[in-house]
Amino acid sequence: MTAQEKLAIPPRGMPEQDPAVRARNMKEVALGYSAEDARTEASRCLACPAKPCMKGCPVAIDIPGFLAKAAEGDFAGALETIKKTSLLPAVCGRVCPQEKQCQKFCTVGKILKDQGKAVAIGRVERFCADWAAAEIAAGRLPAPKPAVAKPTGKRVAVIGSGPASITCAADCARAGHEVTMFEAFHKPGGVLVYGIPEFRLPKKIVEREIEGLRETGVKIETNFLAGRTLRIRDFLEKEGFSAVFVGTGAGLPKFMGIEGENLIGVFAANEYLTRANLMKAYDEEHADTPFWHGKRVAVLGGGNVAMDAARMALRLGADEVHLIYRRSEAEMPARLEEVGHAKAEGVEFHMLQNAKRILGGEDGKVCGIECLKYELGEPDASGRRSPVAVEGSEFTIDVDTVIVAVGNGSNPLIAATTEGLETDARGRIVTDGEGRTSIKGVYAGGDIVLGAATVILAMGEGRKAAASINADLA
Amino acid sequence: MNRITAKKQLSENVFRMDVEAPLVARARKAGQFVIVMADGEFGERIPLTIGDADPEAGTITLIFQTVGATTTKLSRLEPGDSVAGVLGPLGRPTEIRGENGEKPGHVVCVGGGIGVAPMHPIAQALKAAGNRVTIIMGARNKGLFVMEDEMRAIAGDDLILMTDDGSSGRKGLVTEPLKELCAAGGVDEVIAIGPPVMMKFCALATKPFGVKTTVSLNTIMIDGTGMCGGCRVSVGGKTKFVCVDGPEFDGHEVDWDQMFARMSAFKPQEAAARDHVCRIGLSAGKNR
Repeated sequence: MTAQEKLAIPPRGMPEQDPAVRARNMKEVALGYSAEDARTEASRCLACPAKPCMKGCPVAIDIPGFLAKAAEGDFAGALETIKKTSLLPAVCGRVCPQEKQCQKFCTVGKILKDQGKAVAIGRVERFCADWAAAEIAAGRLPAPKPAVAKPTGKRVAVIGSGPASITCAADCARAGHEVTMFEAFHKPGGVLVYGIPEFRLPKKIVEREIEGLRETGVKIETNFLAGRTLRIRDFLEKEGFSAVFVGTGAGLPKFMGIEGENLIGVFAANEYLTRANLMKAYDEEHADTPFWHGKRVAVLGGGNVAMDAARMALRLGADEVHLIYRRSEAEMPARLEEVGHAKAEGVEFHMLQNAKRILGGEDGKVCGIECLKYELGEPDASGRRSPVAVEGSEFTIDVDTVIVAVGNGSNPLIAATTEGLETDARGRIVTDGEGRTSIKGVYAGGDIVLGAATVILAMGEGRKAAASINADLA
Repeated sequence: MNRITAKKQLSENVFRMDVEAPLVARARKAGQFVIVMADGEFGERIPLTIGDADPEAGTITLIFQTVGATTTKLSRLEPGDSVAGVLGPLGRPTEIRGENGEKPGHVVCVGGGIGVAPMHPIAQALKAAGNRVTIIMGARNKGLFVMEDEMRAIAGDDLILMTDDGSSGRKGLVTEPLKELCAAGGVDEVIAIGPPVMMKFCALATKPFGVKTTVSLNTIMIDGTGMCGGCRVSVGGKTKFVCVDGPEFDGHEVDWDQMFARMSAFKPQEAAARDHVCRIGLSAGKNR
């Protein structure tokens, strides 16, 4: 096929549940490509010699390599290529912000002058992972047996069980170390299980990845809070571990610091989503954890967590969901596809507006939110034009629920209980860039080092730290 | 899974349970708590204070009142059964006067209802650090006192019992002897643990005397590790997380009314869930 012919192939859309139907159920929104979709979409790749897409991938997947195999229908080969550098393709294919990473640099999108028409790399990645899982489940493909090196007799503790920890645990286990993962919740997976909803990332996919870890020999201890149940130094000094990796994430929810934030009906998105996802509070027949059934909901923020909370509110029976963001849509950090999904499902977007205070009734419950209108001013330190409040532009929206999704700070627990562990002014653990902290034998990666970031970046961090651990223990 | 090794019903709605949790038993300090799940897949995570611990047996003692679905389920478990999970020890340990260089003094411990249970290790530690420890215990009636003998062993003659109906000790509220002690002078510190409204009024009682008053809060929590933000309270005008900043705070600084409101956020659902559990229990009983 010539480049002209490739460019003439229309991009394959993602089959989706109907917005009106899906806004009221928990099932996955994006249904996934068919094999034919995946082959066709992959065949749109021009195989540019410079591979610009790879530069956009935090873990440098050989994207043209796997697309070429997928285009031939060799999905097993494509997955093998992806897995050389990425551990969680089924997850990343679903949750990576591709339009800001690989697809941003795609030549096809550039030539067609529409980055939305770039090769849908993430969708093909997802298909390859899902296809392999289905083939394995049907017994048509052998389950992958990752090569595990001869046992070294050394033990590695991995704290937390989110993307950074999963990757670090896998890489250390493959190097022959005896790895134990310690999770504070009763289920492993971290943000993949408590934060990201079922309708965006089905939990059976996370379970599959965790099962894969167990098969490589990783032990998982739940209900274990490192720092409290056992101090970090005790892992090294008393429990016989040679290395500890801290991948505890950016847990501590930020609030706006405005009046009314502690009223009944105001939730950190973390709490709202944890109740719904991990604690299954939506299943009122079975779950013991109560849920707050807001009818008129305001969500503050413009990231993925804000989108997840807004869409969850719809699914749990809200009549109106207002998403309030102080910049414009162009500055929204959320994944483009999720913004589109949220709009299609009926979330009302209020751009260039921000909450000034939350109003409460005499019963201490939320009854409204007072907002201010904003204008975009000069670019700030992040390069985004900073929003400036328009004086006297106050207006009120009647709501019974406010969900605050303006980011997370660093959880102070490990730092507070680990003497000598260096952190920065924002409480993030300081590393040498390769995952080593200020304490010998203690490593860190993911959001606890980066601040709130993405699944794929956390994964890259876990991989880097594992490489350091494996080198240092050699 | 954590096995239950002992269980005792202390009063109509109050149970004492020893649960296997070896690492928690070893690590816990006075003032800390655990998150307990009665069952796994659909269970709820609730904070319970640690009454006591036996590091050698590897068990912790929980004392709880049946107020919601989870505590009702817990109360139906027997020795040999297991709870789905115990996470801890959580929260910052109590700062025990006399342990960190300051002079020991006279500390008044006020325990209301089952608040006496978490007070026990604190009172023990205070005594061990060389303080004079006065203990005020309050309950609606004589039958609702827990751990009276254990507390008498610590405080001796300085144990004051208060009941609403006068069935044991003095008739009246715990704040009465507390005020008298503060007025008499020589009280260096007060620690109050019990129902929120009792803690609020203890703090109000000591405020005019300027006596430092520590309270232990038990707000709504999910993870208990600083992630969900559900447990937040205003202390001195600042938002604090009970799970990582507490559970103990300066009672004079806590915004009590806001805390009461927040603790009632899920009351209708909690009542419904408890009724549901109770009904299941009844029908299960009939079937046997």
